[in-house]
Amino acid sequence: MDAQTQQDLFEYTLRLGDDALTLGHRISEWTSKAPFLEEDIALGNIGLDFVGRARLLLTYAGEVENLGRDEDQLAYLRDIRQYRNLLICELPIGNFADTMARQLLVDAFELPYFQALSQSSDRTLAGIAGKAVKEAQYHLRHSSGWVVRLGDGTEESHGKMADALSKVWGYGPEMFITDEVEQRLVDAGIAVQREELRDGWQAQIERVLEEATLAVPDVSWQVDGGRRGEHTEYLGHMLAEMQFMQRAYPGLQW
Amino acid sequence: MKTHNSSIEHLQAEFDARIAEDAKIEPKDWMPAAYRKTLIRQISQHAHSEVIGMQPEGNWITRAPSLRRKAVLMAKVQDEAGHGLYLYSAAETLGMSRDQMIADLQSGKAKYSSIFNYPTLSWADIGAIGWLVDGAAIMNQVMLCRCSYGPYSRGMVRICKEESFHQRQGFEIMLTLAQGSEEQKAMAQDALNRWWWPSLMMFGPPDSESANTEQSMAWRIKRQTNDELRQRFVDQTTPQADYLGLTIPDPDLKWDAEAGHYQFGEVDWDEFWQVVKGNGICNRDRIRQHVKAHEDGTWVREAAQAHAERKAAAAEAA
Ligand SMILES: [Fe+2]
Ligand SMILES: [Fe+2]
Repeated sequence: MDAQTQQDLFEYTLRLGDDALTLGHRISEWTSKAPFLEEDIALGNIGLDFVGRARLLLTYAGEVENLGRDEDQLAYLRDIRQYRNLLICELPIGNFADTMARQLLVDAFELPYFQALSQSSDRTLAGIAGKAVKEAQYHLRHSSGWVVRLGDGTEESHGKMADALSKVWGYGPEMFITDEVEQRLVDAGIAVQREELRDGWQAQIERVLEEATLAVPDVSWQVDGGRRGEHTEYLGHMLAEMQFMQRAYPGLQW
Repeated sequence: MKTHNSSIEHLQAEFDARIAEDAKIEPKDWMPAAYRKTLIRQISQHAHSEVIGMQPEGNWITRAPSLRRKAVLMAKVQDEAGHGLYLYSAAETLGMSRDQMIADLQSGKAKYSSIFNYPTLSWADIGAIGWLVDGAAIMNQVMLCRCSYGPYSRGMVRICKEESFHQRQGFEIMLTLAQGSEEQKAMAQDALNRWWWPSLMMFGPPDSESANTEQSMAWRIKRQTNDELRQRFVDQTTPQADYLGLTIPDPDLKWDAEAGHYQFGEVDWDEFWQVVKGNGICNRDRIRQHVKAHEDGTWVREAAQAHAERKAAAAEAA
């Protein structure tokens, strides 16, 4: 592997790892707060899938980087400007509709994304993606089921679901940006071209929203920045909490 | 009237015989009202303990010191939710609805294990809970695997496997700390200091003051008394503390070779009753969080219900 590819692959793996870590952390915040016990278990499962995936990806990122950093050093010792996740993953959990709206957007993207990535010429990424496909199938079933139930539930839930979608909608387009780093890896048969998944994603979301008797949000704004380390203000607080032990007691084994 | 009495007597005799031969009582079997009531109280309290116990441990999920620990803790707390669910179902076989059980928990009518009214202040508390609290729970639950009520007994068999896994993980956290830096050792010792006595209290009041033990033993709901289980726990746990190089906060703790048991000091039962009565650090927060999650989720549950009804109506019309 040449130096450029190595650097790109590190960056790319880190991005996917940070996506999984920040979203998994957010979902874990639902512990003991779900609307009922079965849902506590379901969200626990989903959060665990993301944290488990983060561990695999960050471990691999450390190996590719080859500077001796492990999953924990990458997770706990980088500050906000070094974090590379999509903004949508770091947003606060909000209410149950907010969480399900975010999940629908992400899950509907991840399923085809990881299906494609499971064909990557990078064996490790292909393996991680293969596992992620099975998880994403369940995640998408779960989130789209809830969006339908809430959209086509009561007047109150319909309103909350519509509101949640319009709040998160503008964070969706960032998922489809393929920058130079990823384009070079696409050319090398390693990464997945994101833009190509957009129409299928849009159609999938529209199918769910139709069943949910919800309209596609009419919002004109969209933001990005996570891949450049330009984040919402929420992430700093997440990191302050997540990294507390490693920062307060540096260099120890736990 | 006479025939009625004699048929009850007959059923009672049949029930007593089944208990005597160690057969399981199943949901559809006749059982004395007091047996049913005792089981509902005990199983629902057990379920509530699993669910409320998620809070002190969940308190450290977002601050777990490594990704491995974070994932293991998430899985553990999720297991506890599963235990709660399983136990609510077991209680429902006795005719008590989950909604009613939750209402009783929130009103304070039903109790949960008082140990969860203590706060988790440091990461070592997560180790101490797994090691001591899950450890004490196992003592109790292994016994309950042989409980006379079928659904409860079968639930315990399944739950015990996961609990022993939790205990090993907790012990492993303590071991890592005990072998770590001075700060880590101090953290582990401090956690042991705070969780030791409350763990001994988990087995309930001494036999001399335990109102329910005798009857529960006669019904073979319980197989061992509170004091017997407490002694077993001390006997099992003391060598583990020695192995960790940590000191159990009990100056009276010593090996009694003649008895083959550890002798230990007097539990502060005043503290126990104080916490049971609501004067623990976290009592109000635990219930408040449960109520808040429940109330915040009302519109979600209502929506799911409304949607399911609409679907069912549509299916019927089709
Ligand atoms: Fe449990
Ligand atoms: Fe447990």
